[in-house]
Amino acid sequence: MASAITLTDTTALTAPPRRFLNEWQLWGLILIAPYLLVFAMFVVYPIGYGLWTARHPHSYVELYDDPIFLRSALNTLIFLVIGVNLKMMVALGLSGFFIQARWWIKALSVLFILPWAVPSIPTILSLRFMLNPEWGLVNSLIFRLTAEDGPNWLNDPWIALSMAIGVHIWKSLPFWTLILIAGRLAIPADLYEAASVDGATKLQKFRFVTWPSVRTLYLTCTILSMIWTLGDFNSVYLMTGGGPADLTHVLATLGIRYLRLDQVDMSMASIVCALPFMLPLVYFMMKRLSK
Amino acid sequence: MKIPSLRDISNEAKLLLIGIPVLIWTLLPIYHLTLFAISPKDSAFSGKLWPDHPTLQNFVVVFNQQHYFLKHFWLQLWNSVVVAVATGAITLLIATAAAFAISRLKVRGGRVVMNLALLTYFIPAAFLAVPMYRTMGLYGLLNNQWSLILAMVTIATPYAIWVLKQSSDNLPAELDEAAIIDGASPMQLFFRVYLPLMAPSLVAIGTYALLLAWNEYLYAFLLLSKDTEVTLPVGLGNFLAADDSPWELLMTTGLIYALPPAAIYYVFRRYMVSGLTAGAVKN
Repeated sequence: MASAITLTDTTALTAPPRRFLNEWQLWGLILIAPYLLVFAMFVVYPIGYGLWTARHPHSYVELYDDPIFLRSALNTLIFLVIGVNLKMMVALGLSGFFIQARWWIKALSVLFILPWAVPSIPTILSLRFMLNPEWGLVNSLIFRLTAEDGPNWLNDPWIALSMAIGVHIWKSLPFWTLILIAGRLAIPADLYEAASVDGATKLQKFRFVTWPSVRTLYLTCTILSMIWTLGDFNSVYLMTGGGPADLTHVLATLGIRYLRLDQVDMSMASIVCALPFMLPLVYFMMKRLSK
Repeated sequence: MKIPSLRDISNEAKLLLIGIPVLIWTLLPIYHLTLFAISPKDSAFSGKLWPDHPTLQNFVVVFNQQHYFLKHFWLQLWNSVVVAVATGAITLLIATAAAFAISRLKVRGGRVVMNLALLTYFIPAAFLAVPMYRTMGLYGLLNNQWSLILAMVTIATPYAIWVLKQSSDNLPAELDEAAIIDGASPMQLFFRVYLPLMAPSLVAIGTYALLLAWNEYLYAFLLLSKDTEVTLPVGLGNFLAADDSPWELLMTTGLIYALPPAAIYYVFRRYMVSGLTAGAVKN
């Protein structure tokens, strides 16, 4: 705060009065205008339009009566609570692995980024073919090793949902690991040295040095990841297509499903129903980031 | 050289025990993709870990567009390039200008705009897709590549502005003051001082927007529908429509589609990692 005040003071002193300041403000408005235009046309208007479409209470009654909707809400919750937390825990663990100083771990960390760097469609479809019950790589291997047929992976709703969560983790794990690595590298090394001198075990070092230092970052990452995962359309749509029998939809794919069935009000209503999931998370992130 | 103790060896073994599964987990889907791409049609489905006769025939078929699903391969690849480059360029223009106005010119209401942008950043893209689709219809932009470009710009700008504002705030205030004393106009400050100093962040953000648009599937298939207008991922998704799709060709096309972003990522890795991870989560 103090620095902001001195900064404005000096500009006020060095700048010639009024007329000059106006020129700066004018240019500021001109430069910010294109974004405001985009914001008004493609954010404010669509959201207003969407909320207007979703205003009829009967859309929600209809939605509630659709068994697919309740199942999707449950799936979304599973995706967020189990999927994201599992991913973040693995990312935290792996960040500890990747900061070890070994040449081969360095090389591995370069490859490790690939899932995040390549587009999701080809890789998700590749995984989907691997799980094909008849000729997929996974079941072929199972058959060769055990002489028995493997499970029909994507035909069981719970396995299929787990696979969609797995794809999601595969895709976004590198990104979060990278951020947690940055978090861990920011911890001063002398903290660990001091802990070593005191005879701390590895677990104690994690408990009393690493965790307190990365806790806030970890929490922020988890919340942010939950917000983004709410909008993860690709993992579910490309892996399971919402099937079998529309039992693996999440809210992100359900909205599109209604849109395709030309039920726009239902589509918007299902998105409005996601808001209670989303708003607390967004509120938390805004408080954290808009300083 | 020091002789490794038993403790060191067990330590290395433990690390390997993590490293090997991580390597397999990371590469298996990508390896599988590549395996399909170099397998002849009849052996692609044999479940082998390496084809008996690896071949580049699939690539020849794709490049010559010798299949129904691939009729417009080159055109769709070109569409992807156009959409990605346009999104990158427009995002950079809008976001750089906005970040300069908010951070350096301290335009009134800049903080509010920044918070609105940040709020937009937290709207999951799949939720905005449905109202966006309807809105584009009302604007008469459906089936026009501008709809996809503008949608991607909308999604990319909030984060771009935020990151650029962060790095812009880090530039010393003395620069502006010196420029003011020298009698520079805001535009001179922008072009002579601001842009050169911001170059690394601009590269990171331009790449971010470009890759975002290149990788986008949902908006592309909602907003575009003509085979000659769609981007390559939509063309790939169309393979799923038929039961007897040639998976080996789909995987080959997918591999070709995945290579440019991977290459770009690795070329700009230095900028991307520092620029994006630092911006993604402020400590």
